[in-house]
Amino acid sequence: MSEGYLPAGMPAPIPSADGLDLPYWEGTRKRELMVQRCGDCQNWQWGPEWMCHNCNSFNMKWEQVDGKGIIYSWERPWHPVHPALVQRGRYTVVLVELPHAGNIRMLGNLLGPDDQDVIIGSEVGAVFEPHDGADTPYTLVQWRLSE
Amino acid sequence: MLEQGLNNGVLSWEGIRSARDYVEVDWVAIMRDRSIRGKVAAVGIGESTYYKHGQSPDAEFVLVLKAIMRAAKDAGINPKEIDGFASYSNDRSDPSRIAAALGIPDLKFSNMQFGGGGGGVAAAVANGAAAVACGYADCVVVFRALAQGQFRRFGQGAPDPTVSGDTAFLAPYGVMSPAQKYGMRATRFMHEHGVKNDVLRAIAMASYQHAQNNPRAVMHGRPLDEETYDNSRWIVEPINRLYDCCQENDGAAAMIIVSAERAKNLRQKPAYILGAEQGSDHRCGASVLNATNFASSSFATVAPRLYETAGVKPNDIDVLQSYENFTTGVMMAVVEHGFCEPEECNDFFTLKNLSAPSGKVPLNTSGGNLAECYMHGLGLQLEAVRQIRGQSCNQVADAKLAMNIAGPMVTPVSSLIMGSEETL
Repeated sequence: MSEGYLPAGMPAPIPSADGLDLPYWEGTRKRELMVQRCGDCQNWQWGPEWMCHNCNSFNMKWEQVDGKGIIYSWERPWHPVHPALVQRGRYTVVLVELPHAGNIRMLGNLLGPDDQDVIIGSEVGAVFEPHDGADTPYTLVQWRLSE
Repeated sequence: MLEQGLNNGVLSWEGIRSARDYVEVDWVAIMRDRSIRGKVAAVGIGESTYYKHGQSPDAEFVLVLKAIMRAAKDAGINPKEIDGFASYSNDRSDPSRIAAALGIPDLKFSNMQFGGGGGGVAAAVANGAAAVACGYADCVVVFRALAQGQFRRFGQGAPDPTVSGDTAFLAPYGVMSPAQKYGMRATRFMHEHGVKNDVLRAIAMASYQHAQNNPRAVMHGRPLDEETYDNSRWIVEPINRLYDCCQENDGAAAMIIVSAERAKNLRQKPAYILGAEQGSDHRCGASVLNATNFASSSFATVAPRLYETAGVKPNDIDVLQSYENFTTGVMMAVVEHGFCEPEECNDFFTLKNLSAPSGKVPLNTSGGNLAECYMHGLGLQLEAVRQIRGQSCNQVADAKLAMNIAGPMVTPVSSLIMGSEETL
């Protein structure tokens, strides 16, 4: 029984062994969207890295941001490349830009009908999708068109 | 000279610059001496039989040995003369094992290009060429063996039940295969520049058309028409139909490079390397699809360097081999190498313009990764050599300058230009 947009049996995310992205994954469990920001030059950064790419400081901080963004790009896979997707049919993936956080981009599924029109530039909001039944419970961050 | 740069014991750049002017150093000559231009040449090419994945009767390692033996025979050298190896994408065929199998007495150079998968083809040639140019080795074979039917297919997601790192931000959302990982770049590029899908169809049809004259091609005897393309299923909407995606094959290819001096005395007409560059621009490797110049194929800085080294312009290129992981990658890579502006794509990418022998820019004249064989791009390198020699199945008349662009959209990427003797 799936708890989410895609069927059960998809690869489950686990925090990286070196702890780099742990604050992000812990944040999603609390329905908080955490991203990196440099403690020295205030540069926003995504995906997670140990160093600020702007000023090369190691003083990276985590900051909660609003789960709002605009669709920067999209795609709709039809051909299943994983056993869990064989019965699913097409699904929609969006790359979402966060203008209020230095235009960093996040990736997720666009909730809603599988054949919906997707328009680059549309406003979307984050939807937390918990998978509490997983061996290591986790939460994905999906997106839905804003009203 | 250094004294000129010192002002009361303090080193100043102004002082150094004036010292350069004062001391008549020929900086141009020094840079030319460091350049790879014209110093090495491809003199031997060979490939195994090309198969659909899972159909090779030979083990992957046998395929690479056959390719190398054929390349040596083509060049007219004893395979035991090979003293260096260069490959990419973590090829499973270790040079030490190959050298042991061939009985090579003195292995001098074993090189692997980091990362980038098929983006490393021209880089592998560049690395091998550099070794020859500076004397680390005298006879380097650039090789790739890839039997996807005997190992994991590239078009399938990994079977791991859990994922971490960059993959944890992609795979749980159904982004696992290369078509899915790179599709976002193409959607964005086509959105920004108003590109129609006809462009992608023209690229696919050029490869299939050329493969019909190439008996080595897996798709030889299987032509593609517009209707079949248009009715083919989506792999990833709105950018990859079935025929926009490379094949998955079993095969191996090899290319032997030696110094320009040595090349003159071998069996084949040399294809001189005029330039070979690799790399990528700002934060191409940023995770979760956060590359700065996202709607691109990663050649923004590589292509200008290539033209500068080779001393030629896009208009000079007679024939182009451009790696098709997907037709979208070809489109962006050709644009980034200056053959047309992004806004000109719809007019530039027509089957007529891309067809050998007389199109504006004959493209992928062996059938390429789409229709000859997905030899991870090395088959396209071999085709560039054939064009310079005048041996292609789709020969462009009097081809003197051939360009090869390696796997686009990844990082690092690479590309190179080869030329005949008159281009030196």
